Amino acid sequence: MRNRKLRSLLIIAVLVFTVYFVAPLLFKELPSFWTDKELKLGLDLEGGMQILLEVDYSELELSATEKENAVKTALKIIRNRIDQFGVSEPSIEKVGENRILIQLPGLTDFNRAKELIGKTALLEFKLVAEQKSIDEVYNSLDSYLENNYQKYPYLEELDLVEVAPAVDILSDEDSLATDEEGDNSNIFTALVSSDGVRGKVLDDNIEAFKTLLKDEDFIKEIPAGLQLALEKISEEDLYSDRTLFVLHSEAKLSGDVLKTVTTKIGQGNNPKTSGKPYVSLEFKKQSAKDFKRITGENIKRRLAIVLDDVVYVAPVIQDKISGGQAQITGNFNLEEVQDLVIVLGTGNLPAPMKSIEERRVGASLGKDSVRAGVRAALLGLALVIVFMIIYYGLSGLVAVIALMMNMGFILAVLTALQGTLTMPGIAGLILTIGMSVDANVIIFERIREELKAGKTVRSAVDSGFSRALVTILDANITTLITALVLYQFGTGPIKGFAVTLSIGIVGSMFSAIVLSKAIFDGMITNVNRDKLSI
Amino acid sequence: MMRFFGETKIDFIGKRNVAFTISAVVIIIGIIFMFINGLKYSIDFIGGGSLELDMTPNTETAAIVSIEDIRQTLRDGGIEDAEIHELHDMDEKRLIKIKIQGTSKEDAETDSSKVDLIKKGELIKEILKNKFPDNYKSETRNLVIVGPKVGEELKGKAILAIFWALAGIIIYIWWRFEFKFGIAAIAALVHDILITLGIFAIFGKEISLPMVAALLTIVGYSLNDTIVVFDRIREDIKKYRKQTYADIINKSINETLGRTIITSLTTFLVVLCLYIFGGTVINDFAFALLIGVIVGTYSSIFIASPILVGYFNKRLARKRK
Repeated sequence: MRNRKLRSLLIIAVLVFTVYFVAPLLFKELPSFWTDKELKLGLDLEGGMQILLEVDYSELELSATEKENAVKTALKIIRNRIDQFGVSEPSIEKVGENRILIQLPGLTDFNRAKELIGKTALLEFKLVAEQKSIDEVYNSLDSYLENNYQKYPYLEELDLVEVAPAVDILSDEDSLATDEEGDNSNIFTALVSSDGVRGKVLDDNIEAFKTLLKDEDFIKEIPAGLQLALEKISEEDLYSDRTLFVLHSEAKLSGDVLKTVTTKIGQGNNPKTSGKPYVSLEFKKQSAKDFKRITGENIKRRLAIVLDDVVYVAPVIQDKISGGQAQITGNFNLEEVQDLVIVLGTGNLPAPMKSIEERRVGASLGKDSVRAGVRAALLGLALVIVFMIIYYGLSGLVAVIALMMNMGFILAVLTALQGTLTMPGIAGLILTIGMSVDANVIIFERIREELKAGKTVRSAVDSGFSRALVTILDANITTLITALVLYQFGTGPIKGFAVTLSIGIVGSMFSAIVLSKAIFDGMITNVNRDKLSI
Repeated sequence: MMRFFGETKIDFIGKRNVAFTISAVVIIIGIIFMFINGLKYSIDFIGGGSLELDMTPNTETAAIVSIEDIRQTLRDGGIEDAEIHELHDMDEKRLIKIKIQGTSKEDAETDSSKVDLIKKGELIKEILKNKFPDNYKSETRNLVIVGPKVGEELKGKAILAIFWALAGIIIYIWWRFEFKFGIAAIAALVHDILITLGIFAIFGKEISLPMVAALLTIVGYSLNDTIVVFDRIREDIKKYRKQTYADIINKSINETLGRTIITSLTTFLVVLCLYIFGGTVINDFAFALLIGVIVGTYSSIFIASPILVGYFNKRLARKRK
């Protein structure tokens, strides 16, 4: 009896799990915590672009660490650029030793993305603008947006317009009409302010801001010699506010100016610096002279280190620096310092990146694939269901319940693992429809044999299940071995196929051995049967 | 309820030589085709590019463009080496796939010629746009460009994957059954792979990345089928000690025949749906699976089990000496 209770609990747990994760696929109006994890469509179903880059150090003699650093630097550059491009859910990952796989689902402007990814990294040192110029920029952009508000409908959705303070409720009707209009005289300031602090861009507003920066008419309104640049994304909190810098667009230094960049740890007794990591730079000969002049002319001003138009750090120039040796200190942790070292290293990226594979999927192909996949799945499912019920009667219905459960289970596991559904994944799912009834078929055929041998329903069902168990395990485990090998071998889409197939195998074993048995037990125990529809 | 057949007593083992002959003939024909046509590898394995375009007429009055017209137009435009195929589509769209090659293998290694393939693609689109404005659409449905190095590596990985799958299987069967069961199962799997590849060569289909996945799936499916029969053989050998191995194994195949047919049928049905309705991306993959389901079912009955009989009889002969 204890076993039965355990079994019921297990079935309920799997059922709840399945329903919980499949529900968001079927119903759109669920509370947001519920729809947090949703099944994403792969690039081949949504359309988009995939590029495989290789950091090519074959012609350079680099040590293992240098190779590793070259790849890290390349990753940093790519992340940075993709971020600027503004794709909703990009995936950038290192594969193997020196390759970077970039996936940009939903992208349509293929050539621009390619151009952006393919260009050489640009490291620049730029001065942060003075307060007066900053004010000028804000005023100019605020008034431009006020006059051209209609041109940027997406700003309206952000709710930036400050509604003028409510008029006294008792005041006369005349004034109400005019006050309903919001005050949109400082839209830009509102867009790039957070908690009343100007120059902090909320994550919610980042998209709109980036879109604005792509608009030529808008860019024209920025006073000459100045530019806007965002701070890098924080690695700790991807959704935190980002500082907006106003920079002098002229680069004081750029490109390959540094001889060495290293991470150092502060020595000595000063509690402010001791034990704290900092970046140590050594400039090349010519740049050292330039740097001396620049620092001398701009003491107490901030010098931003900019990679591909993103500001990584903007330290204050404390003193004129001669000799070409400089330090960037601050309240950094070790990771942040190592990060900066990588960024500063991009100025002389030793190994070129080249694209060795590229795939572009048009949105229409993706849509067609989804439609075709769903059609094939539904039709296959219908055929199998009809066949099983005709061939096995009521028992066939049990197999169908097990099959539906298994389908739900696969989708639920995929959702829970935050996986992506690809076309090969759908193919795996469809194949599972046909293959996963197998476990039940093995059991049913066994029960039929036992009944024919003259056993009672009760004992035929019991020995049918127990004898089929070994067969089912052996047959499925060997199939699982091939699915796992496939996963190991596979790249992206093939992996998706292997994953759905593997989950399907495990799910079908569960649904046949545990779920079907439970249903059979229920059917037999409650009614004293001498006949079984099988 | 329904039954396709009652208790069968078909002599599968007795007909094993017929089956072996049929298999041998199909495999040999396949191998001959492999030598004549060569196994065609897709760009996944050899590198290169492919471009998929929708050339469905944009208006009702526009003419349907034939593949030959497109080929001629591209040739006139200076693109000599493009291979053009029509893709099967349920929704009656006119989809074409154009394979393009880089100038040479060495050049394709460098990034500059990869850009060339993209430019070549753009050029092809430009030519088609000018010649067939009523059929041209600006969207590229699919563009794939693979560097030759990636393809070369993938080929090695694919062979390794199939090797590891077979090794894993033989070890598992050895542990659960006996070594000879493993050998018989692997023989059946190699048979399945050879026949599938042969049929690919006969139909001139390409070996692509999804195709390797299909081959491994066929291995998994065929094995599943074989194990079910083997399982019954193991059971029956213990049960009927006095009968000959041929009789026992025949009995086992007959006892599991119902299950073999039903599962093969349901799997075949869904794969057929996938083949007919599953769309262009999955078409070749489903085709391979269709062959695989048939061959896999056949091989567990007619190849794996008879081989086992041979093994057992040899052992028996040794014992009697």
